[in-house]
Amino acid sequence: MARSLSPAVLARLVRARDRLHDAPAAAPTVAALAADVRLSRAHFLRSFALVFGVTPHAYLTSLRLDLAKRALARGASVTEACFDVGFSSLGSFSSLFAREVGVAPRDWQRRVRTVLPSAELWPAIWIPACFLIQHAPSTFGEALLGPRGVGQAS
Amino acid sequence: MIIKHSHTTIYVTDQDRAKAFYTEKLGFEVRDDVRMGTFRWLTVAPKTQPDGCLILFALEAGPMMDAEACAALRTLLDKGVLGVGVLQADDCHRTYQELKERGVQFASAPKEMPYGIEAMFRDDSGNFWSLCERKA
Repeated sequence: MARSLSPAVLARLVRARDRLHDAPAAAPTVAALAADVRLSRAHFLRSFALVFGVTPHAYLTSLRLDLAKRALARGASVTEACFDVGFSSLGSFSSLFAREVGVAPRDWQRRVRTVLPSAELWPAIWIPACFLIQHAPSTFGEALLGPRGVGQAS
Repeated sequence: MIIKHSHTTIYVTDQDRAKAFYTEKLGFEVRDDVRMGTFRWLTVAPKTQPDGCLILFALEAGPMMDAEACAALRTLLDKGVLGVGVLQADDCHRTYQELKERGVQFASAPKEMPYGIEAMFRDDSGNFWSLCERKA
C-alpha cells in the first residue's frame, strides 16, 4: 500500500497529481509527468496506481468528467462542457459520459436542473441532500423535497 | 451492503480558520467550498485519498441544533474531549516533527503501541486526532 512508498516518492506523486488538477484541459502526458517528478515511466505508473487507486489516465478522465458535470450543472452546452474540460471529441465524450454516469450528458443536465432549478442552487449538486434539508431547509427543502413549481425554489 | 465511508462531519468553531488549519498545517486539500446564503459546504481531504472527505461544519445554532446544544458541544470542544478519528501517516515520527514545526499542538508525542506508532494532536477547534503509523 501507499505507506510502503517513501515519503519523498509520495510527495512527488502528489505533485504529479496536482499538475493534473492545475490544467486538466491541457494535461501533460504520462511521460512528461514522470519526467517532471523524476521517476521512470514504469515506476511512476505503478506507484501512482498504488496511491490513487487508478492509472494517471483514468484519474484525469474522472477529473474531467467531474468538471464537465459541474459545467453542465451551471448550464453549459454539452459541446462547451466537452471541449472546455479537455475532451477532444464530442462523440467519445458523450459515450464515455453515458457509460460512466449512466445517462447521456443532456439527460443528466436536464435532471439536475429540474432538481435544482435556479442558478443559485447549482453548487448544491455535490452536497448530500440530508445536509441541505437539515441545515438550510428554507432554501433547499422545496427544491429537494418536491418543488411546487420550477423556479419557485429560490 | 455498505461499501464505503465517504463523508464525516467535524464541527469547527470557525470555518475560515479550520480551512487554514487543515490545508496549511495538515497539508489537506479543499474538495468543496461552496456558499449558498449562510450555508457553507466546506470539505477537505488528504491529497492522497481521492474518495473520502471531512466536512468542516460550522458549529452554529441553526435548524438542526439549538443554542443550548450548540453551547454544550462547544464546551466539549473547548475541553478537548471530542475525538474525531485516526489519520494515518507513512512515518509518524517524521510527520509529528513536520506538523509541530507548522504549529500543530500535540497532546502526546509518538509512542509505540501494539498496533503501531501513535501521536495525538488537536485541531484549531479542539477536536483531537490520532496520528498513527500502522504496523503491517
